[in-house]
Amino acid sequence: MSISLLLEMALSSNPGRTAVVDGALRLTREELSMLVDGGAGVIASSGAEYVAYVGTGGINLPLLIFSCARAGAAFAPLNYRLSRDGLCQLIDRLPRLLVVVDSEYRDLLAGGRKRVMTTAEFIDAAGAAQPVSEFPDPDAVAVVLFTSGTTSRPKAVELTHNNLTSYVTGTVDFDSAQATDAALICVPPYHIAGVGAAVSNLYAGRTMVYQNRFDAQEWVRLVNRERVTTATVVPTMLDRIVATLESEPVELPTLRNLAYGGSKVALPLVRRALDLLPGVGFVNAYGLTETSSTIAVLTPDDHRSAHGAVDPAVAKRLGSVGRPVPGVEVQIRAADGSVLGPSETGELFVRGEQVSGCYAETGSVLDADGWFPTRDIATFDEEGYLFITGRADDTIIRGGENIAPAELEDVLIEHPHVREVAVVGVEDREWGQIIVAVVVPARGATPDPDQLREHVRRSLRGSRTPDRVVFRDQLPSSATGKVLRRDIVESLRPARSIHEAAANIQSTHRSDHDQNRHPISKPGV
Amino acid sequence: MIKTGTRFQSQVCDTQVIVIKTADSLNDLRAGGVPMVPIGEDTAPDATLDPNFADGNVMGKRYVDETGAEVLVTRAGTGRLSVGDTALSLKEAKPLPASD
Repeated sequence: MSISLLLEMALSSNPGRTAVVDGALRLTREELSMLVDGGAGVIASSGAEYVAYVGTGGINLPLLIFSCARAGAAFAPLNYRLSRDGLCQLIDRLPRLLVVVDSEYRDLLAGGRKRVMTTAEFIDAAGAAQPVSEFPDPDAVAVVLFTSGTTSRPKAVELTHNNLTSYVTGTVDFDSAQATDAALICVPPYHIAGVGAAVSNLYAGRTMVYQNRFDAQEWVRLVNRERVTTATVVPTMLDRIVATLESEPVELPTLRNLAYGGSKVALPLVRRALDLLPGVGFVNAYGLTETSSTIAVLTPDDHRSAHGAVDPAVAKRLGSVGRPVPGVEVQIRAADGSVLGPSETGELFVRGEQVSGCYAETGSVLDADGWFPTRDIATFDEEGYLFITGRADDTIIRGGENIAPAELEDVLIEHPHVREVAVVGVEDREWGQIIVAVVVPARGATPDPDQLREHVRRSLRGSRTPDRVVFRDQLPSSATGKVLRRDIVESLRPARSIHEAAANIQSTHRSDHDQNRHPISKPGV
Repeated sequence: MIKTGTRFQSQVCDTQVIVIKTADSLNDLRAGGVPMVPIGEDTAPDATLDPNFADGNVMGKRYVDETGAEVLVTRAGTGRLSVGDTALSLKEAKPLPASD
């Protein structure tokens, strides 16, 4: 099924419904669809196979996603926060490319050899173009998303029309939203959550209200001004929203549902949010770029029953990512490939129509039975609630013992003197790796390292106590709040000055850039 | 067997569907009692809606049969969906909370 059909369905069922609100701009489904037809005409006449987008999103996101679909091109939103070099490296990997760029980022692309249009030029051209409305092959690539590349060179994840429409039609009831429902979208356009939001809210029948640059106070104002009923945020945003509401209490009477995801959330934050907004249903959404967004959800009822629970097994579920969505199967496997049962920990494998597991340049990593290795370490309880304990690549091996950083982080974050924490392994001659806890102290607190170590020792085994505790003003993180562990480890390497470390990072990037690259080729074209 | 993703239209009403999960049974997919045809193909001008299959279908809903076939209504119409004379049933899905 092509994602074009999602827009066609929305259009045929209620053409006059407001589809998108972006600042002063408001488009009905019919207006959006007409602009999309023109946009597809612009793309088709350019001959582009790929359309990259560098900008902050808003109306441009649904416009470009659906224009590309109707023109049979693949859409590749890029991180507008990247440096000029970083952007050029990604752009060079996309053949037969048209770049659409918000005018404020136009200079980043100056001097390149690619065809570039500003967003305003694209919209003007769309208004005048001969409309095009193709139905592409459902197995063709609809969207290419680059992973953040926190551990290696960014990978180009290919999502087909079928992946995305399977996700949407499998998890969203068509036009099930009430006529007044509106979703506030503030996640980045180059993230799977941004792509997911643009297609699933349209299909659900919610007006999409865009906030292109997140600001917590403005977010609160927008919720009330646009009578927002649902919203999705990353944990960093949730933290700022909660802090804003704590310092200036404002009622959010229309907000029914607040989903969070994109990176690990600290439990004390979830509890504060639940207490602060008793009328709001919280949703923890877990998914990966490679799985076309959400594969498990912890529902509002799950949150409330866990928050008030006396039974420790139920209370623990506040830290769960919930249960798999329909159409997604999960397995936990041991290192030897055997399938594990409840309460056993191993790597999470997932399978389903929405799971791509396919990368440009390197191909599919699905196994013979269609299972995708997420590289996330996970376990599930007797009721099927899934717990993610970290990335396989982040596992610390200290004296032959495997230690998941999350195990220590979950204990440390509960200490009143700890605001943020990341636990990492640092090379050590004696142990192979030692455990280092990097702590951002709570405001006004000056934690004692030995007290923090003792706090961990009381909850976990001695071998899981941090060997060192160091303090930082903040942790390096990506736009969605993923902690950049590699940067932390780099900063902790012994006997090395910052200058040496910086020189090393630069040379790594250079050799990366010099690698021979095969441009992406589209299957079946 | 009919390919997943194939789109069909009714010959006697507005109904259009897309195949989500295929099965042999879909070779005899009908709307309003009359075989559906792939979108874009000619429809029989003299075909008429069977009054026994006239209670319609719902836009955006999935319909299934007992052999595992599944179609999604992409345009609703007055004809009931069936395989042969056996009506397809509406697939009830537990609504998920909005997560996007």
